[in-house]
Amino acid sequence: MIARRSLFGVIGAAALLAGASFAQAQEMYIPLISKGFQHQFWQAVKAGADKGAAEFGVEVTFEGPDNETQVDRQIDMLAAALAKKPAAIGFAALDSQAAIPLLRQAQEAGIPVIAFDSGVESDIPVATASTDNLAAAALAADKMAELIGGAGKVALVVHDQTSRTGIDRRDGFVNQVEAKYPDIEIVDIQYGAGDQLQSTEIAKAILTANPDLKGMFGGNEGSAIGVVNAVTELGRSDVVVIGYDSGTAQKAAIRDGRMAGAITQNPIGIGYETVKAAVAAAKGETVEKNIDTGFYWYDKTNIDAPEIAAVLYD
Amino acid sequence: MTDAPASAAAPRRIAVPQKLLAFASLIVLLVFFSVASPNFLQTSNILAILQATAVNGVLAIGVTMIIITGGIDLSIGTLMTFCAVTAGVILTFWGLPLPLGVLGAIGMGAFCGLVSGTLVSRMNIPPFIATLGMMLILKGLSLVVSGTKPIYFNDTPSYPEIAQGSLIGDLIPAVPVPNAVLILFLLAALMGWVLNRTVLGRYCFAIGSNEEAVRLSGVDTRWWKTAIYVLGGAICGVAGLIISSRLNSAQPALGLGYELDAIAAVVIGGTSLAGGRGSILGTVIGALIMAVLLNGLRILSVAQEWQTVVTGLIIIAAVYLDMFRRGKAAG
Repeated sequence: MIARRSLFGVIGAAALLAGASFAQAQEMYIPLISKGFQHQFWQAVKAGADKGAAEFGVEVTFEGPDNETQVDRQIDMLAAALAKKPAAIGFAALDSQAAIPLLRQAQEAGIPVIAFDSGVESDIPVATASTDNLAAAALAADKMAELIGGAGKVALVVHDQTSRTGIDRRDGFVNQVEAKYPDIEIVDIQYGAGDQLQSTEIAKAILTANPDLKGMFGGNEGSAIGVVNAVTELGRSDVVVIGYDSGTAQKAAIRDGRMAGAITQNPIGIGYETVKAAVAAAKGETVEKNIDTGFYWYDKTNIDAPEIAAVLYD
Repeated sequence: MTDAPASAAAPRRIAVPQKLLAFASLIVLLVFFSVASPNFLQTSNILAILQATAVNGVLAIGVTMIIITGGIDLSIGTLMTFCAVTAGVILTFWGLPLPLGVLGAIGMGAFCGLVSGTLVSRMNIPPFIATLGMMLILKGLSLVVSGTKPIYFNDTPSYPEIAQGSLIGDLIPAVPVPNAVLILFLLAALMGWVLNRTVLGRYCFAIGSNEEAVRLSGVDTRWWKTAIYVLGGAICGVAGLIISSRLNSAQPALGLGYELDAIAAVVIGGTSLAGGRGSILGTVIGALIMAVLLNGLRILSVAQEWQTVVTGLIIIAAVYLDMFRRGKAAG
């Protein structure tokens, strides 16, 4: 009986031994707690963080909840990260308010916090490394105007109306159209949770309701793919589609002309700059408060250019 | 150690060894992680583990009784959220005092449990389907009622105290155990008593072992089954209070997937999904094992992909060892 009981523990122990050796490293340790993990975007942020870790000789871990609703799971990850007495922490808050007690704890322990991606709404982070989503979406609006000849009906499919990125990308696009292109009419803005299928259905409904629609903007990877799917399924190749972020499907759509082009953030840069700022902050150096990690317009003509290919992910 | 086929007469005797097994595993894990990393065994981290156990543990306690009757409740995660949103509506939208918010959340949980229980026991819809439907209904209603936005409890400054405050810490400053953990253990003690010392508990095991026999002996099984779902729902209300107090907000999109973690804790703790066998203590230990494992893997900087793999292996290993032990003893 004893042997069988302890077998349970042994299975766990054996599976962990590989991990245990890492924990003993004495280099500077910087955990990044992200908003997600499985999406290709987050994997690209992780790749950038790993690049920074190698360059600055620090140990970096990257974790995020399975989806962007699991606020409490993210808090647990932050708590475990703090227990490891890190030199600094990178954090992309799902809900800033929920994380405040732990961030205060970090502050009291003298652990600098670097916010990344959509950041943290608090004065605790010493720096924020993120994309200027308002400016990036305004660029998408400029490109849309150019491609549809400055006049006509357009619609937006955005991932949500509650997150910072969702709000900024919608407003960046809408404000630019209202300010600069009086002949362009935004007929509809719908939200598809960044889910490809849900966004497809939404985009199809918009296309059906507006037979004279000239262009559609998808606010993130899933929304953009959804719009492309809808246009393809309904055979509306006349509609100009502009996307956001990258990924295999979106890159393919741009190559074969179903999508006119897209805005890409620089996820690798976000990860890299976060680690770079964390290392500087841990050493007591001053860091820039707002680190703009940049964005690019890409289409069929420049998708393979080295500076674009480097920030696109599959 | 003779192992009789699961019957209403012998549930407690059978449950004991599995509890020991789970408890031994928990100790092994604790020792292993303590040796592997100096950062594991420190007060703040142990408190973080307990804090992380609270919500899953409470949900798991709620669903344990339902599983013992041979049922299942897939709606517990989204019901927890709906109860949290209910508290948000009462306290933030309507501006009513805190006790009403607490009662409202638990009452809403009990009401939804009544709906599930009625669907299962009176309308004979299989529990899996009935509660799957409830899971989706409640997820949708949480979004509708909240307007798809988190409801913050900024107008009720004492709200975060429900989970984040520490009554124990007020008495003994050296052990600032968060109230969420206190609630978990008090609830576990209460439900352990209900399961082992009351008529409701006895019928719970009996229905799980042989519902037909119980019904034929003149017991209104529909009534008792409904009561058990009501109790489970009320406990989801408690979980909703804990999670929203911890986050100082009711997050309406959260909750999907939490039912599976709770069911995993129940199973690791030795409760049989076939019904008729199980214990609250086992469930609490199961929830602790899951939290210790996840926290320990994080402390050891194990890559997140592998954390998930190891958790899956532990669930399968726990159930297999349990079956192996029982099978061998019987044969």
